[in-house]
Amino acid sequence: MRGLPQRLQGWAEQRLPALTRYRRPEDLPIELHRHRIYIVPTGFGLGFSALLLVMLVGALNYNNNSALLLTCLLGAASAASMLVAFRSLDGLRLEQVRAGHATAGGSIELTFTLQSGRPRSAIRLDLGNASASFALEGHDAALVKLALPTEVRGWQALPRLRLWSSWPLGMFRAWSWLHPTQSVLVWPRPEMAGPAPSAAADDARHMRLHRGEELAALRAYQAGDPQRHVAWKASARHDNLLVKDFEQPQNQPQWQLDWRQLRGMDNEARIARLARWLNEAQQHRRSFSLWLPGNEIGSGSGALHYARCMDALACLP
Amino acid sequence: MSQRPARPVPVAAVGQRSFDLLGLGMAFVLAVNAAHLPWWLSLALAFALGWRWWQRRQRAGRVPGWIKLPLLALLTLAVIVHYGNLFGRAPGTALAIGLLILKLLETESHRDVRVGVGFTCFTLMTALLFDQGMVSTVVVALGLLPALATLRALEPAQAPASVPRSLLSPLALLVAALPLALLAFLLVPRLSSPLWGAPSRDQARSGLSDRMSPGGFTELLTDDHPAMRVSFDGAPPPPDQRYFRAYVMARYDGVGWSYRDVANLPPAALDVAQAVKYRITLLPTHRHVLPTLDVPIDAPAGASMRRDRVVMAARPVDDALTYTLSSATQYQLEPGLDEHQRRWLQLPAGFNPRTLALGQSWRQRYGNDDAAIVRAALALFHDGGFRYTLAPAPLGRDAMDDFLFDTREGFCEHYSSAFTVLMRAAGIRARVVTGYQGGYWNKLGDYLLVRNSDAHAWSEVWLAGRGWVRVDPTAAVRPERVSLGAAVAAGDQLDWYHGDWLQGFRNRWDIVNRWWDQAVTGFDALRQRSLLTPFGIRDTDTTTLGVLLAIGTTLFIAIGLAWALLRRQSRDPLREALRELERKLAHQRIARRVGEGPQHYLSRAARTLPSQREELMKLTKCYLDLRYAHDEPPTESVHAFRRAVRDFRAKNVVQ
Repeated sequence: MRGLPQRLQGWAEQRLPALTRYRRPEDLPIELHRHRIYIVPTGFGLGFSALLLVMLVGALNYNNNSALLLTCLLGAASAASMLVAFRSLDGLRLEQVRAGHATAGGSIELTFTLQSGRPRSAIRLDLGNASASFALEGHDAALVKLALPTEVRGWQALPRLRLWSSWPLGMFRAWSWLHPTQSVLVWPRPEMAGPAPSAAADDARHMRLHRGEELAALRAYQAGDPQRHVAWKASARHDNLLVKDFEQPQNQPQWQLDWRQLRGMDNEARIARLARWLNEAQQHRRSFSLWLPGNEIGSGSGALHYARCMDALACLP
Repeated sequence: MSQRPARPVPVAAVGQRSFDLLGLGMAFVLAVNAAHLPWWLSLALAFALGWRWWQRRQRAGRVPGWIKLPLLALLTLAVIVHYGNLFGRAPGTALAIGLLILKLLETESHRDVRVGVGFTCFTLMTALLFDQGMVSTVVVALGLLPALATLRALEPAQAPASVPRSLLSPLALLVAALPLALLAFLLVPRLSSPLWGAPSRDQARSGLSDRMSPGGFTELLTDDHPAMRVSFDGAPPPPDQRYFRAYVMARYDGVGWSYRDVANLPPAALDVAQAVKYRITLLPTHRHVLPTLDVPIDAPAGASMRRDRVVMAARPVDDALTYTLSSATQYQLEPGLDEHQRRWLQLPAGFNPRTLALGQSWRQRYGNDDAAIVRAALALFHDGGFRYTLAPAPLGRDAMDDFLFDTREGFCEHYSSAFTVLMRAAGIRARVVTGYQGGYWNKLGDYLLVRNSDAHAWSEVWLAGRGWVRVDPTAAVRPERVSLGAAVAAGDQLDWYHGDWLQGFRNRWDIVNRWWDQAVTGFDALRQRSLLTPFGIRDTDTTTLGVLLAIGTTLFIAIGLAWALLRRQSRDPLREALRELERKLAHQRIARRVGEGPQHYLSRAARTLPSQREELMKLTKCYLDLRYAHDEPPTESVHAFRRAVRDFRAKNVVQ
């Protein structure tokens, strides 16, 4: 036999999932329905009802039925706007949340996919201090982007979201709390400066990113070619622009980034250094491999590989 | 109006659309209120509105305080100078509308716009305090469109729409709200007496008064507002018998005639030969007198009959009043007149010597034949070169002398006054009666529309053996006044009279006004109490009304909620069929996991239910084909799939 408070709490949790303090995170997709949509009049709504009251008393006192009719119409329209506000949230579905990439301390861009069967206007999504408003047109999904500030690397649970709307007249505010189970992975913050990876030290002269010294050929200009590669003198003698084509850069040696090399540092400093190296390698389009305790990632290059390595770094205990 | 301190959070600027709509709403308010504002104030406010709109187009921002504050002071001063007061209906309205326009000068934030919209709605209502007609009510209600559209435009992220479209967008909301509004209108308990001082509305409203002097009707005769509407039990009396008496005037002081109200005296004797029953709806006059056809037989409830058969209501008619009466159309009124009733022969000393002399000369010529004297007077009016005009020359001290022997032009007041003086000079008891004569018979609505311009004055003379006899000297001069009505008699002297078709239309249109006056304007506390009479409840008190209002509102809320909660199911038969299959499998504890695709799920089911493996594999293939092989799956195949799902029976798992 549980005590009354527990039972009440259980009931509230079940019936009023969005309002109670014990909001359990939910799996996506989350569909809003009448159990979790709340409506209160806004400050303007309260002020407006006071005004309606004044108009009502005035019309009654002056025994002016036309004015009374006008007041009743305005009051009924205001009351009906409450239902419209409710309906603008009811049935709205949060389908998925996609997270971008961000390093700790920056803000991560979240893309929320919201869908519903009918057009809706002026719905707002609040996440902490950030807020975005959007409209839905028919069956099309709305993609809402919001930035979530981050502080530390690793998995970060999504905070509670608030979907709300004061459509159509701004007199009532309908809202609902959403707490998706989803977490986003925040990459570690790289250190500001530090040594280059030691594995590459014996190959220092190749550290500099260089193109071949020798001019290999001239070719026609293509959109996107850097301006300083244009062979202006040669181009002057031709109809179209010519671009100097340099020899491909030498095969750069691959970086073997290894957790074990960074002895005598604490874990976070190691992670920060590895993150910086990963960044540099990615910038210079080097191929690299990464060894982490319990996780070894073979050599590779490209954005996907970089992301995989950063993820692994972020997930370190 | 005062400058607010700068806020810590930056104020969200108001979009051009919201501002335009707000300005439009305010212009509308100005337009519907212009009729009762001084023209220079309307003009100045319209200019301020236009200037502000132009100014904000150039550069957004509040108008600085050094412009606003003097304008505010100027507005207050102008209202005080013009009305002599800041409070009361007219000055209050003028001030409110001025403040509304000035509010636009500082409107830059969402909050400002919302305050402006609330104030707009309020000032729309003030227009109705001056005119409650149906047309003006509808026009004023249209003013809600820009106001509500402004509020909508404040909301972020909505589909783009043109100005006319966004103006019409709140229409659906208003139409949806109409039933609830009507219910509330019907059931909101009316006050039987005002909460605070009754508004002083009787200013400057022309109407019949208990005093009549030649030329006093001029304003009334050019006023085409309805005065009353009369419907008869049976056929209406012919046009020349539609005399509605208000005041019977005995006293003449040389300038004009006046009625003296004496209560608690029995009404004069009346022998009725023919009577007619009728119902009058009298529009507010702010006076006690109730006009009645010819000679009333009795007084309606809440009114009493005075000694000269003038009907006086207990309270001034401040709201439209409907009363039912019987009147005699053929009768002998006071046939045995008391010799002591000298007041019917009263004449002021030292006025109109020539008129008195003329009356006395008739007495000498015709001897005792009173009827001949009456005929002589009418012949004088008919043949004496008299002219009917609504703009007669002014008269001097001896008004009747001037009129009879000099100007010879005037309208009913002049003729009845001169005739009565002549009769009294000849020793015949006579009096002036004022009221209405004529009216427009509306065939569609079976009622007689009597306008203020139908006000009329005639005379009554007492003839031995016949009692009081009505004599209308105006008819001797211009018979059309009696047979065709005031408007025709006046001809082109009335600026509102524009030929036949327009007048005809106005007269026919009046049936709508009449309906409005009865159904809406006249729906007062009394009518509300008898609201449920058809259902057997004689007296509907405030509690019952409140309960009804609560029930009705709940009903509408239920309907509204049903609409709001209505979910249109996704019309995807394929998905529904799959759902059904999932339900059937779930009974066998093969629930689809979160994020599990249909193929994975169904093959898992097939593994769990080996006996139905074949069937499930077929269903899977069928579903995947329908879902992914086509953009739009063929209807027959979808139906076949649904049938197959329906026929599918999950057998128990053999443990």
